[in-house]
Amino acid sequence: MQYALLIYTKPETTEALSPAEQEALSAEYYALRDEPGVFGGAALRPVTTATTIRLADGKPLVTDGPFAETKEVFGGYYLLEAENLDQATELAARIPALRLGGSVEIRPIVG
Amino acid sequence: MTTLEQVFRDDWGKVLAAVVGYLGDFELAEESVAEAFAVAARRWPAAGMPASPTAWLVTTARNRAIDRLRRDRVLAAKLRLLEASTQAVAEAEVDEVDEIQIPDERLELVFTCCHPALAVEAQVALTLRAVAGLSTEDIAQAFLVPAQTMKRRLTRAKTKIREAGIPFSVPAADLLPERLAAVLAVIYLIFNQGYSAPAQGGQLAAEAIRLGRVLAALLPAHSEPRGLLALMLLHDARRRARLAGPDGQDLVLLADQDRSLWDRRQIAEARGLLDQISGDRGPYMLQAAIASLQAADWTDWRQIAALYEELAARTGSPVVQLNGAVAVAEADGPAAALAVVDALGLDGYQYWHSTRAELLRRLGRSAEARAAYQAALALAVSEPERRFLRHRIEDC
Repeated sequence: MQYALLIYTKPETTEALSPAEQEALSAEYYALRDEPGVFGGAALRPVTTATTIRLADGKPLVTDGPFAETKEVFGGYYLLEAENLDQATELAARIPALRLGGSVEIRPIVG
Repeated sequence: MTTLEQVFRDDWGKVLAAVVGYLGDFELAEESVAEAFAVAARRWPAAGMPASPTAWLVTTARNRAIDRLRRDRVLAAKLRLLEASTQAVAEAEVDEVDEIQIPDERLELVFTCCHPALAVEAQVALTLRAVAGLSTEDIAQAFLVPAQTMKRRLTRAKTKIREAGIPFSVPAADLLPERLAAVLAVIYLIFNQGYSAPAQGGQLAAEAIRLGRVLAALLPAHSEPRGLLALMLLHDARRRARLAGPDGQDLVLLADQDRSLWDRRQIAEARGLLDQISGDRGPYMLQAAIASLQAADWTDWRQIAALYEELAARTGSPVVQLNGAVAVAEADGPAAALAVVDALGLDGYQYWHSTRAELLRRLGRSAEARAAYQAALALAVSEPERRFLRHRIEDC
């Protein structure tokens, strides 16, 4: 089965880290890319760089950022081939965001 | 219940588990098993029961599933079933399939049904449907929801099992304690639903005990399933003494219960289970040990208080400490217990107020007791409990 592991982070916890700690963190994320079964993934730039588009009166309306007042923001994802949900959970549990108060949503991919 | 119905109820979980294990698909398995049982209901009364009813049912269900897969190539491809592994057993040979050829995969089934990726209410419904073999209508009735709602809940759960890839397996050793705790919690929840609503849920308590027996038998190396079974047997043994009055809705406290109404056989069985247990004592076992002491002719409150202390240390639960305070009251008097209770400060909890009230009443502090009973009444939902509290308020 194929899964997307959607990573939600708390921006303020990552921002509070020192440059050295942030570097170690991204090294950890890169290392997970090399785990067996992982076949894709991406990290997103901070939510402050986001642009949102929706339709207003049938016309595209571009605005700054997402307006959701959530503490957790979508920060990136992995694509994973795994035997079953338990195996996917095993890898998901090692995603550093969890240690920093974030969460990971495991979603099966259509296919 | 006829013999046939009895066989069906006892066999449902085992047959379904074997077929899910074979097909890897919950819904197709359930449909095929239901068909196999329907065939049996038609055939067995006339032709007689086969030598191995379970094996017959599993084989027939598999054959039905294979038939369906032959007709439905898309479904077969989706299930990734290879032609080679789907050899049907010839009709004439079905009667000869031996019980030994059928693996007991009920544990796998239980762990699938109680997987933490399913909502607890779905875990409960699925366990009752798949493992205990209750009908959707019966489960709906026991939980006071419309049958359609329960049907949707079960369908959604089965869809999630398939689409999210919830495994049909016994968890690895490192996950097992946590997963087992979830299974035990589901069974205990079923039991409590039956226990707190005896009118609608009497059947549920019996089902939970049946599930507890199955689990204890399947996991002989683990003591907590036996602890849970003992705990349920002990509580259930007092069921007939727990409510009294003209309409059977008056709550009777343990100390005032008519002990001749207790089920001695069940109490003895539970004690037998507790005697088998050695070594580390888990929360269910500790609770069972407490319930066993409470069912003794002479109650050893000091030992009960000590067990509660051990349980509170294990679970870190203030509710356990609250229950322990009742034992402290008996062992060391109400003043000592009140100090324990007041320190907990569980203001939103009905039983904190009622326990305080009881202790204050025994200390002769009537006005405070009345206020505490009133606070408990404001939080109480069940009618026997409300009635009990109103009586207490009048007596203050």
